[in-house]
Amino acid sequence: MSLSKEQMQSYWRKNLKYIVVLLAIWFTVSYLCGIIFVDVLDKIKLGGYPLGFWFACQGSEMIFVVLIAVYVKLMNKLDKEFGVAEI
Amino acid sequence: MSIMTWTWIMVGITFSVYIGIAIWSKARSTGDFYVAARQVHPVLNGMATGADWMSAASFISMAGMISFLGRDGSMYLMGWTGGYVLLAMLLAPYLRKYGKFTVPMFVGERYYSQVARTVAVICAIFVSFVYVAGQMRGVGVVFSRFLEVDINTGVLIGMAIVFFYAVLGGMKGITYTQVAQYCVLITAYLIPAIFISLMFTGIPIPQIGLGAALSEAGQRLLNSDPGFLLEKLDQIQRDLGLPAFTSGIKPKIDVFAITLTLMVGTAGLPHIIIRFFTTPKVKDARASAGWALLFIAILYTTAPAVGAFAKLNFIKTVHGKSYAEAPSWFKNWEKTGLVAWVDKNGDGKMQYGPGKPFKGKPIFVKDENGNFVRGEHGQLLVKNEIIKDSPNELYVDRDIMVLANPEIAKLPAWVVALVAAGGLAAALSTAAGLLLVISSALSHDLLKNVLAPQISERTELLAARIAAAIAVVIAGYFGIHPPGFVAQVVAFAFGLAASSFFPILVLGVFWRRTTKEGAIAGMLSGIIFTAAYIIYFKFINPAANNPAHWWFGISPEGIGMIGMIINFIVTTVVSLLTKEPPKEVQEMVLKLRYPKEM
Repeated sequence: MSLSKEQMQSYWRKNLKYIVVLLAIWFTVSYLCGIIFVDVLDKIKLGGYPLGFWFACQGSEMIFVVLIAVYVKLMNKLDKEFGVAEI
Repeated sequence: MSIMTWTWIMVGITFSVYIGIAIWSKARSTGDFYVAARQVHPVLNGMATGADWMSAASFISMAGMISFLGRDGSMYLMGWTGGYVLLAMLLAPYLRKYGKFTVPMFVGERYYSQVARTVAVICAIFVSFVYVAGQMRGVGVVFSRFLEVDINTGVLIGMAIVFFYAVLGGMKGITYTQVAQYCVLITAYLIPAIFISLMFTGIPIPQIGLGAALSEAGQRLLNSDPGFLLEKLDQIQRDLGLPAFTSGIKPKIDVFAITLTLMVGTAGLPHIIIRFFTTPKVKDARASAGWALLFIAILYTTAPAVGAFAKLNFIKTVHGKSYAEAPSWFKNWEKTGLVAWVDKNGDGKMQYGPGKPFKGKPIFVKDENGNFVRGEHGQLLVKNEIIKDSPNELYVDRDIMVLANPEIAKLPAWVVALVAAGGLAAALSTAAGLLLVISSALSHDLLKNVLAPQISERTELLAARIAAAIAVVIAGYFGIHPPGFVAQVVAFAFGLAASSFFPILVLGVFWRRTTKEGAIAGMLSGIIFTAAYIIYFKFINPAANNPAHWWFGISPEGIGMIGMIINFIVTTVVSLLTKEPPKEVQEMVLKLRYPKEM
């Protein structure tokens, strides 16, 4: 198995890109929606939930699960594409 | 059958299952003992991680904590889940690829230094011991609450069980018992939550019920007008002079810092990181972090619903009522000191409000035969010093918000018993995971690699078992004689893990230029800064422990965030100033990036 240097770097750069994008969402839903802008968002209602409260107590936790699921999917695909998956 | 009989049956059954699993999964090699032979399916590893993660405190106290903190409680919900995102993306797959047994071992090889490894061993043992003492105590508390045995006897029973499966099965035994323990604890948590949600809102999913309107039956039960449950709770709290449930009163900077400290601390705790060493492949390590978080989030998103339902029910059915009218669960749990009432204004009604009814936990008056002495309304009398300037007459322990739920929802006795088994499962599973870290740190990192590298695998396995046995005994000792500092320090384990391990692990993977000098300086500066801040405000000068004196308004609970930033900066600067790591170390770091052997 020989991957060229460029290919190896390209794999790693893509991984880093995924991480940066997903962690940006991670930061947004918890620290921005759930803490910093929570009072502004609370003016919007989601059923009986004030939106900011929902992000803090329910939404962030659920979105975290989705973020990992997306990362797992993306990386499995990337591993195959570059032929670096374990057999 | 009585609740007590059911509880003994339920505890008996679950404990037999744990012992059965231990015998079936006996460890035969050090690979079995340290990392369960790397044969654990990612879904099962997710469950085991969930049980490992959720302690007795998560199970019994979390919902109650949120019912009193309101939205501020979300810092624990986000803080104790968000770390798994960091683990899945920044640590778990790479450390799994590294493919060894312990976290200090990675630190030692990545930073080509026995000093770094030793510092890591000491940090890992310290953090784990602090944490495990609280867990053994938790086992005793659960026993005493449900089975009316002495707390110390409870600790001894718990020790015997953990001793059996941790010493015999090592990681393999622990993993499969944790899977069983997760199933027990999540069932025990969800059944009462689902029924209470149904009772008040007609919706069986608590996460949706919390945002729903009260059903007609719910309005009758709570004697309330129609409307959204959360709005009713907010309104009722405001009427009593308490802050609204959905509002926060803590400064945002502190909530931010505490949340980040907990998240980063999670990702730096050795007993969580090693769980990802047990999967067959790198991609399983990623997936397993996702499963773990899913299983944890099921409980953590139910907790605020449970907290809100129980609080609303508590105020509606107890506040303003006479003792005779109080629901039966109130009287049942009064005997255990989780609730108490003092009639300050002498009107014969129980009033709830801001402030505390009296100083400390209730100490009941007893006659010469040891029986409770009752007041004119039938309530148990307390000896505590009354706090006169607060209108509040009710003492409410946060744990009641989970423990009384089966009775509130009028569920049969076996559900109460199941909750007891769930609480025990939560405490035992966390204790076992921590004991393994201590055992492997002693037998693998100290004995095999420093003191006696020539020992055979058989001897090392024996040493690992002995180390686990000693760790159980020491943890049990601290469970029976809890040193005063443990309760205070447990909350800071996250700050210490965040400021010591996390930065050097992440930099170790992502930046191959990180040097041993950088890592050692970073770890020491991070942990010393954080520990000093905590020790100053908690032990040396507790009087100054308030926002006016805190740096940037950050409390000792959240200071790990600053410690972590200091660690990152120091490690980076020192690394740039020192000689770059040897070629073979840089090669090794590059290899971590690719799941397959290159």
